[in-house]
Amino acid sequence: MKRFLLAAALFFACAGLAAAQSSAPSFYTYTSLKSANGEEIFHHICQGCHMPDGKGAIGAGTYPALAGNPKLASPQYMAAVILFGRHDMPSFESKPPSPGNFFRNASLTDAQIADVINYVRSHFGNHYSNTITATEVAAMYPQQTR
Amino acid sequence: MRCADSLNMMGQAMQGEQSQLSMTRRDLLRLIGLSAGGAMMYQAMSSLGVAADSPYKGTPVLQGTPRGASVLILGAGLAGMVAAYELRQAGYKVQVLEYNARPGGRNWTLRGGDTYTELGGDTQHCQFDRGLYINPGPWRIPYHHRGLLDYCKKLNVPLEPFVQVNHNAYLHNSDAFGGKPQRYRAVNADYRGYVAELLAKVTQQSKLDAQLTKDDQAQLLESLQRWGALDNHYAYVAGGRTSNRRGYDKEPGGGLSAKPIDSQPLQLHDLLTSKLWSGLADGENYEFQTTLFQAVGGMGRIGEAFGRQLQGVIHYNAKVTAIHQDDHGVAVSYEDARRPGHVQTARADWCICTIPLSILSQIPMNVSAAMTDAISAVPYAASVKIGLQFKRRFWEEDEDIYGGITATSLPINTISYPSSDFNSKGKGVLLGAYAYGLDAYQFTAMSPEERVRQAVEMGNQIHPQYKQEFENGIAVAWHRAPFTLGCFAAWSDDLRAKHYDNLCQIDGRIALAGEHASYLPAWQEGAVTSALDVIARLHQRVLARGAA
Repeated sequence: MKRFLLAAALFFACAGLAAAQSSAPSFYTYTSLKSANGEEIFHHICQGCHMPDGKGAIGAGTYPALAGNPKLASPQYMAAVILFGRHDMPSFESKPPSPGNFFRNASLTDAQIADVINYVRSHFGNHYSNTITATEVAAMYPQQTR
Repeated sequence: MRCADSLNMMGQAMQGEQSQLSMTRRDLLRLIGLSAGGAMMYQAMSSLGVAADSPYKGTPVLQGTPRGASVLILGAGLAGMVAAYELRQAGYKVQVLEYNARPGGRNWTLRGGDTYTELGGDTQHCQFDRGLYINPGPWRIPYHHRGLLDYCKKLNVPLEPFVQVNHNAYLHNSDAFGGKPQRYRAVNADYRGYVAELLAKVTQQSKLDAQLTKDDQAQLLESLQRWGALDNHYAYVAGGRTSNRRGYDKEPGGGLSAKPIDSQPLQLHDLLTSKLWSGLADGENYEFQTTLFQAVGGMGRIGEAFGRQLQGVIHYNAKVTAIHQDDHGVAVSYEDARRPGHVQTARADWCICTIPLSILSQIPMNVSAAMTDAISAVPYAASVKIGLQFKRRFWEEDEDIYGGITATSLPINTISYPSSDFNSKGKGVLLGAYAYGLDAYQFTAMSPEERVRQAVEMGNQIHPQYKQEFENGIAVAWHRAPFTLGCFAAWSDDLRAKHYDNLCQIDGRIALAGEHASYLPAWQEGAVTSALDVIARLHQRVLARGAA
């Protein structure tokens, strides 16, 4: 029993150490955000509204759950929402910052959007086996803007 | 850009013709509005200097009786309560549905003893001492926000000055000057001094001969000397004149060893690469110019005062679930926000809806497709504020900082020192973070405890007293606020051009109001003026119908 506890303690200590050594900073800058992968983007941005467990939240309005949400069957739908925003959710499309707008939005690359979609669709109890690529995300833009 | 410039020039040209000014200006604006839409119209109006003011022209006098007409108002924030207050005085039957258990909406102050549960379920118990507070939402009132100021006067809400610019607060960039914060005063004096010196040099080298007469050049040199605190050779160098701007290494005093020691200006190269100049102009913006005010005891005093006026009119803890209008009136379904499931219906002849678009876009409501599109189109900006209580007011005691704002490159973005109880003993609460953009997203994604921990960690880089003196804190991330799901409507020029007018039209028996229905996004004045505008238009419609 004692040995088990010791082993468990060791395990958690190592897990803690591993977490502390993760390369993800506490805060990304607009520049360093470009190096974040899908998982890191989810935990630094998306979970603010969709919650760390992906279950969303309900107040006067609702943040949709990403866990068990049938809309996730379409990665293209997710790409469109992330690129162009929906309701109060802002757009994460890569575009030049507008000068003077100090409430500057964050933007993600097509590859990052694909990666965060693939992360969400394979976590929080989601088990979609198909994925989306950066090229497929890029294809979501209206033709005239590219 | 080019268009705005040419309009600006037209504006300047027109100022020479006072007699025709208003007519010409109005005609011009009408033409611009017709040909280019609302956003361009606004841009033009700003260039011509007519739109930047609050359009407040006093409380509208609603003449003519509503003959028993009733209005249901959704939301007891400032917009909803201004509408309720005025319509009731005009003789309407008024009821208000409010999601929260308190009046005010984003007009809100957190004080010791308050409890706040954010989306996701984290509950914070504010542990500030008596009299100490933080305003998670609006915290300053520009002197030209006359609508709001009038209501403060009317409702006996006392105001006091809000310090925006403090020359003794800091500008801080962790990548400049070894991370050592610089006094605003020194950066401001040095930046000005060097700019003045350079311009004086260019003038003396006859490089402005094409632009200026010799007489004008002489005036310019004299003005640069005074403006930049230059010496008699038009150089910005250490000395009494410079220290009088940027401060002394040893302050002048009285007695035997009282002689001051001058300070040394920063190097121009260091100053330029530090980017600290980017924080110099904030207080020059129209909305942040002296004089600014705050409500004594917290901004929430305004919402509380409205709430007292509207006692018995506001139905609290009411979560709106559907809004439906027909030829006879408006029916609004709602349930108890604390015990959902049992749907009730409130009815009235008319409805003024001030629910934030972030939430309204999810509520079924039969209005025109154009208005529905407008409601769905506007994203909400992220913002996070963190209040920190310290055992003593070290920023005053150790650093001579009384009110005002320190700007930093760190994600906390802002440290703001309280503009009240100056020079008092005991504890103090300061604003330890006011983040937006990507920083706000990332603060929002953290637990409240982690946000506070990060704010203390970062603030400690500017004030090393933080860790020793910190007691407790509270963090509000606006996207986690159950009653707004975001901070404010983040209109872009494109969105305004497409949707703003459609949002503000009265649709049958339903009209919208709030900061989102204004050109003063996030400002309380936007909520107040949008409410005053909408009740005047609604009243006209009611009178035109002859009866409800």
